[in-house]
Amino acid sequence: MKQLLTGNEAAAEAAIQAGCRYYYGYPITPQNELINYMSIRMPEVGGAFIQAESEIAAISMVHGSAAAGGRAMTSSSSPGISLKQEGISYLAGSELPCVMVNIQRGGPGLGDISASQADYFQAVKGGGHGDYHTVVLAPSSTQEMADLVYDAFDLADKYRNPVMILGDAQIGQLMEPVEFHKKPKKNLPAKSWALTGAEGRKKNVVKSFYPVKGQLEEFNAHLQKKYRTIEEHEVRYEAINTHKADVILVAYGTSARICKEVVKKSQQYKFRVGMVRPVTLWPFPKEIIRKVSERVECILTVEMSAGQMVEDVKLAVEGRCPVHFYGRTGGGVPTSLEIIKKIVEIVPDNRAANTLLQLAEVK
Amino acid sequence: MTEKIILAGFGGQGMMLLGKLLAQAAMADGKYVTYFPSYGTEVRGGTAVYYLIISNEEIFSPLIEEADTLIVMNQPSYQKYKDMLKPDGLLVLNSSMIKLNNLPDVKTYKIPATEIASKLGNVLVSNVVMLGAFLAIKKLFAAHLILDQLQAMLKGKKGNLFSLNKQALESGMQVIKNV
Repeated sequence: MKQLLTGNEAAAEAAIQAGCRYYYGYPITPQNELINYMSIRMPEVGGAFIQAESEIAAISMVHGSAAAGGRAMTSSSSPGISLKQEGISYLAGSELPCVMVNIQRGGPGLGDISASQADYFQAVKGGGHGDYHTVVLAPSSTQEMADLVYDAFDLADKYRNPVMILGDAQIGQLMEPVEFHKKPKKNLPAKSWALTGAEGRKKNVVKSFYPVKGQLEEFNAHLQKKYRTIEEHEVRYEAINTHKADVILVAYGTSARICKEVVKKSQQYKFRVGMVRPVTLWPFPKEIIRKVSERVECILTVEMSAGQMVEDVKLAVEGRCPVHFYGRTGGGVPTSLEIIKKIVEIVPDNRAANTLLQLAEVK
Repeated sequence: MTEKIILAGFGGQGMMLLGKLLAQAAMADGKYVTYFPSYGTEVRGGTAVYYLIISNEEIFSPLIEEADTLIVMNQPSYQKYKDMLKPDGLLVLNSSMIKLNNLPDVKTYKIPATEIASKLGNVLVSNVVMLGAFLAIKKLFAAHLILDQLQAMLKGKKGNLFSLNKQALESGMQVIKNV
């Protein structure tokens, strides 16, 4: 049955469906619908809900539940996620599975409460100290929020790694019909490494501290090997019209929704515009972007930031075609018209002139 | 069919609920729907605006650059959002709280929603009066779909509010029939 839910509520319900029974959070707009929903639902399913005294406390509680083998989750928005970074680094260093939701808002600092994608670097490049990665999933609809949060718990357990859901104020607050079509998880398999009391078995150790020289390097080599495996197997993306395109848009989340609108509108013009929408921001869908870069005139990356993901796009393209950027910051959301104008600016004159003319006619 | 609706009023006038009822009815009718509240750091009494899109096709951007319909409850909301209405758009305004010297050059319906709601005994249902009027103008779907949503929403202790809301909806529809 379809329900009309916000992205935040969909994330919370999907976590419950995925067997998450430990939620710890601290309120911050624009993700409050998530914590609110959890405060109601967790007691209903016999789970633990704690409104922690701070963001750092909340992520540390996640650490505890994850170490004991539970499916644990926290959520926040940009300034709160910054506070959690120490804990995230410890989770990655202790190889603890958990799910963290970042409903991004404008920054830097306290910023504002409008939609933003300016935490991309923080999310995909580590964020805290040390050589680590969290898997980063970027939903672009309420339904996809539900689906990805559900999958995030499986990914986290599969690789013993924290997974981040990177949304924004619009994805979090937008209401759309959602269906929870995946089976609710019950009786999850036990985790052999978890700290469950060592009676009758060898003790388990969960730690991120390796003071003996050489051990930490060995551990880092193990982490890197795991990250390569994730890169090899877990890339997700959506490709639209990439075979018939002269220009490819690359965008995720809210920006991708607007770019899809542009792809639809462009069918009226003479442009052949396609799109690649990364669903996993880490691992980044390098391969598809490299492939399309070999056959298109140029790529346009659209973000609600001053230009962050565009760097990963350029690394994937390696100079095979020009990579352009259009972005809005500080809570600004690009409009389809702005993106079309940018396309007109970057494609060769003859066709651009045509489109400009048509644009003028439409307006 | 794609209908892009901007709903605005001051916080507390029930625009959130008005939009949600429409969105849920549209969903029940098998339509695609996106409903996006855009609240800033507003306090009670500040302007609250909601973007609702109902369509037979998949909706990509939930943002509205140009609205087919603008439903406004008070003067500041009208001033703030009137320019987002497309040239041949529909304006439904709460004439109890919006006084215009010269009417804008769009199809306009003036609904004395606050007045009607007060006469029914509860000013809080002025939003449902507006909803009734909008339904009667655009006929996006049958009124019973809205009544179903209201019935589901007003259960238990709130059950006695259903007939009041039904009256409000019908009063709003009646205003249009009398035009």
